[in-house]
Amino acid sequence: MVSDLKLDDGSRVGVMGGGPAGSFFSYFLLQIAQRMQLDLNVDIYEARDFSLAAPQGCNMCGGIISESLVQNLAAEGINLPSSVVQRGLDSYFLHMDVGSVRIETPLQEMRIAAVHRGCGPRGIKEELKVRGFDGYLLDLALAKGAKLIRKRVDGVGWENGRPWLKTPDGSKATYDLLAVAVGVNTSAMRLFEGLNLRYQPPRSTKTHIREFFLGRETIKKYLGSSMHVFLLNIPRLEFAALIPKGDYVTLCLLGHDIDKQLIESFIGSSEVKHCLPPNWEPPADFCHCAPKISIKGAVEPFADRMVFAGDCGVTRLYKDGIGAAYRTAKAAAITAVFEGIAAEDFRRHYWPVCQAVTSDNRIGELVFAAARQIQKRRFARRGMLRMVEKEQKEKGSRRRMSSVLWDTFTGSAPYQQVFLRTLHPAFISRLVWDIAVGNMPFGKTQEPGRMQ
Amino acid sequence: MSPGALGKLYHDGDIIVRQGEEGNCMYVIQRGEVEVLLKKGDKDVRVAVLGEGDFFGEMALFGREVRSATVRAKGEVTALTLEKKSFLRRVHEDPSLAFSILEKMSQRIRNLNAQLNKALGRRAALR
Repeated sequence: MVSDLKLDDGSRVGVMGGGPAGSFFSYFLLQIAQRMQLDLNVDIYEARDFSLAAPQGCNMCGGIISESLVQNLAAEGINLPSSVVQRGLDSYFLHMDVGSVRIETPLQEMRIAAVHRGCGPRGIKEELKVRGFDGYLLDLALAKGAKLIRKRVDGVGWENGRPWLKTPDGSKATYDLLAVAVGVNTSAMRLFEGLNLRYQPPRSTKTHIREFFLGRETIKKYLGSSMHVFLLNIPRLEFAALIPKGDYVTLCLLGHDIDKQLIESFIGSSEVKHCLPPNWEPPADFCHCAPKISIKGAVEPFADRMVFAGDCGVTRLYKDGIGAAYRTAKAAAITAVFEGIAAEDFRRHYWPVCQAVTSDNRIGELVFAAARQIQKRRFARRGMLRMVEKEQKEKGSRRRMSSVLWDTFTGSAPYQQVFLRTLHPAFISRLVWDIAVGNMPFGKTQEPGRMQ
Repeated sequence: MSPGALGKLYHDGDIIVRQGEEGNCMYVIQRGEVEVLLKKGDKDVRVAVLGEGDFFGEMALFGREVRSATVRAKGEVTALTLEKKSFLRRVHEDPSLAFSILEKMSQRIRNLNAQLNKALGRRAALR
């Protein structure tokens, strides 16, 4: 069925939100339209100034650009400059009470990018300010021809079948297509409640992020070019990571009801202390936030002349949210240019991409449930540690557990691929063997010491 | 290598890909320059210099032939490796991912045609 709703020369497109999803959508929409010699006018509404330090210029997240996204962007001709990448990561350390192990990227190269979303954490000195990832992407979209409207949207409605946006100064603009890319940490989602859409926003949970200043040399010495992931048996804590950046280290915590007590018991654990300078204590004042992340995708993130991309549509469970914003925003842009902008067009061509992410998230829930079981059982942690240690020592061997952990914690591959790898008989038999041997007195690995 | 650099660091004179060897990945230059060399008898003839944002080794993604040229680092170079298997999987999911590569390959064919025409013109003038 061919829809009548199409973008034509001179069509106006409004984009709510200039974070990664909004910028990717605008960039690809304009790129594809220009290839098709279609002249579009794209307005991006973004009140934040990404050249400011947090909280004014930050979209609150851990700031990891996954291996697969770094590669996809390179193939698209978007090479992240070293002014934006605060640290290239080539490995990660898995820390558990039974020991720590370093897992390297398959080709021992810097394949993951640690970035700041804004120009740096609250309180950053002027001379340490950096170029934030969100600002960089927004500049790419503007260079393609998008126009930035640095205003908040406080009203959305319909007029003659077309969506309009209103800003606090009373300006109102009507569009042929509205792309919503506002994320889940904003009250803007409420603007859509009275519009009789079938859209239902995603379900979310809270995370906790802290930024600590350590200085470039200290970070290099203690954390290096590795992300540090912790599987600790602390009640209510599901996952924790320390991400080294230029002068700061970002602490990300995921769990239930994260409170001061949980955070202090994590920071005070010997596994965390081993990664940081001796006698290091968190400063009295530091940049922190408790952003929400989507854990269940939106229902019907589209309507006639309207599409929701990124976190306010469908995103990946726990990992690689920016990668999901890239995928969904690009799919929405391709649909809008080639197929049309009716709800039916988005249902047929955009929704399958969202559904693929949603289906993969279901498998992701299984993967994380298994990780939780390992987290709770010391004997399983020992077996896993032994298996990874052996893989990392044996050059040229199939690194089955290492690749499973790598892709789970870095978000570099779909959860389905990760899960299928764990069903391989060689994976299962080796894990069972390493659990058995690893728990015998002679097979136990060394308890953790200070990281070198 | 600066902390924010992505990819792998190659030093001046390092051979990144060697003509005649099998390849299963392509490279995207993040910083620096490389020379593309073709073997002619005993000598290596420089046919191109590639810089930031350029890629090489892409023919390995689309065929099974061995590397058609040698690529050598000219000064310090950082390049990102894109493995054939994972990249092709992503291209099958989103074919437009290969568009930029196609654009550059088409530009290279155009440049080669121009060079060929120039060489043929010179030869005709000598007759």
